[in-house]
Amino acid sequence: MTDDRRFAEVSLRVNGELRPLSLDTRTTLLDALREHLGLTGSKKGCDHGQCGACTVLLDGRRVLSCLALAVALDGAEVTTVEGLAGPGGLHPVQQAFLDRDAFQCGYCTPGQVCSAVGALAEYDAGWPSLVTDGEPALTDAEVAERMSGNLCRCGAYPNIVAAVRDAGAAR
Amino acid sequence: MRPFDYARAADPAGAVALVARPAAKYLAGGTNLVDLMKLGVETPALLVDVTRLLPTGIEESADGLRIGAGARNSDVAVDRRVRAGWPVLSQALLAGASGQLRNVATIGGNLLQRTRCRYFQDVTKPCNKRVPGTGCPAIAGAHRDLGILGTSEHCVATHPSDLAVALAALDATVHLHEAAPVPLTDLYPLPGDTPQVETVLPPGALITAVSLPPLGLPSRYRKVRDRASYAFAVASIAAALDVVDGTVRDVRIAWGGVAPRPWRATEAERVLRGGPATEAAFRAAADAELAAARPLPDNAFKVPLVRNLTAAVLAELAGVDR
Repeated sequence: MTDDRRFAEVSLRVNGELRPLSLDTRTTLLDALREHLGLTGSKKGCDHGQCGACTVLLDGRRVLSCLALAVALDGAEVTTVEGLAGPGGLHPVQQAFLDRDAFQCGYCTPGQVCSAVGALAEYDAGWPSLVTDGEPALTDAEVAERMSGNLCRCGAYPNIVAAVRDAGAAR
Repeated sequence: MRPFDYARAADPAGAVALVARPAAKYLAGGTNLVDLMKLGVETPALLVDVTRLLPTGIEESADGLRIGAGARNSDVAVDRRVRAGWPVLSQALLAGASGQLRNVATIGGNLLQRTRCRYFQDVTKPCNKRVPGTGCPAIAGAHRDLGILGTSEHCVATHPSDLAVALAALDATVHLHEAAPVPLTDLYPLPGDTPQVETVLPPGALITAVSLPPLGLPSRYRKVRDRASYAFAVASIAAALDVVDGTVRDVRIAWGGVAPRPWRATEAERVLRGGPATEAAFRAAADAELAAARPLPDNAFKVPLVRNLTAAVLAELAGVDR
């Protein structure tokens, strides 16, 4: 099988840094991040787009890195959980997760945090969700619906919802 | 995953030329295709990436709405023109998948996604759709989520799209690169004895846009699923209803999660049009359509589910007390 491998040159801007890569065309964005760039914050939960643990921001939008082929993303800007904190400290969503104890084992947390950052940006842009009636507001129901693509097997959902609401209200 | 070559064309004509190569497939958002490649269900030798060449815009005119095939589901769902003029379309998109997936999935790709029947997705199992002639284990096996209408003795899979259900109710048209447009309701043939044939599109066809005429009547999408969000439909309905003086002047009904294609309930519509807008009439109309249902032991519950769902949504649209 190794004789058949097809390679491609791909350049990604990851957490602000340009990262040229030579990748097997089969490499997902998740594997490029974890196995080629050593950024193991993004987690491989199901690897089938069903759990959200691999969520990253791609050109500013939350996406599942396990279903994205890196070869198709040449020139894209990727932000992982490692790139959220700034010189002033943690990202407000990260801080809210700590303050609200919004996890137990922590495996889904990087995906939850990246998803929450993306979801709050969507909320700020006025995007409705399926449960929106009129203008969106950050209620428990809204946060639960908007974050439904991120599963937590520990069941830390009540505190995750509280953390996302806190982070949304704090801005 | 099998090794594959990757190519990007400059324009639709270039993409159509590339996809004519052996075992080539288009790649758009990839949210279903990449998963099927991991599962070994899809084994393309060449992926032709069309994400950068498909139109992504949404245009409104007197003829209605035209949506570029490369538009992302989320962008269409939140578009203010869509929300104002075709709310059922926005709701159907927002009912599908998750925020992360909607940000990537495209309108064209959504229509060509494959069934989530577990036998289709498991290459160790027989499946007439995946390997014609091997049989359909779902009929005597796990068919609780599968179809009750339009199925055959060879396949009982359902089409998984929420978007397509809304588009079926909206009389949408699918536009192709240099080929005749196809009405959405004609896009998916019933399985019969060839369940491997999933669309009427010729080989290499490239969807470039979807258009829909003006609606002008209240509409609604409602989806029943096993959890509150982020799950495929057990059953769903896209409906639009115009009631004048207690009489149904116009009605559109399409069902999801119950058939190999988004199921436009033309018989139910015929029964309702010109008749009273009452809950009893809504139930009777659903029953008229469901007379053709051929449920299996573990999905027979979908018959009363669809009847109740239809009555509830039409009653809501009509503003009648239940």
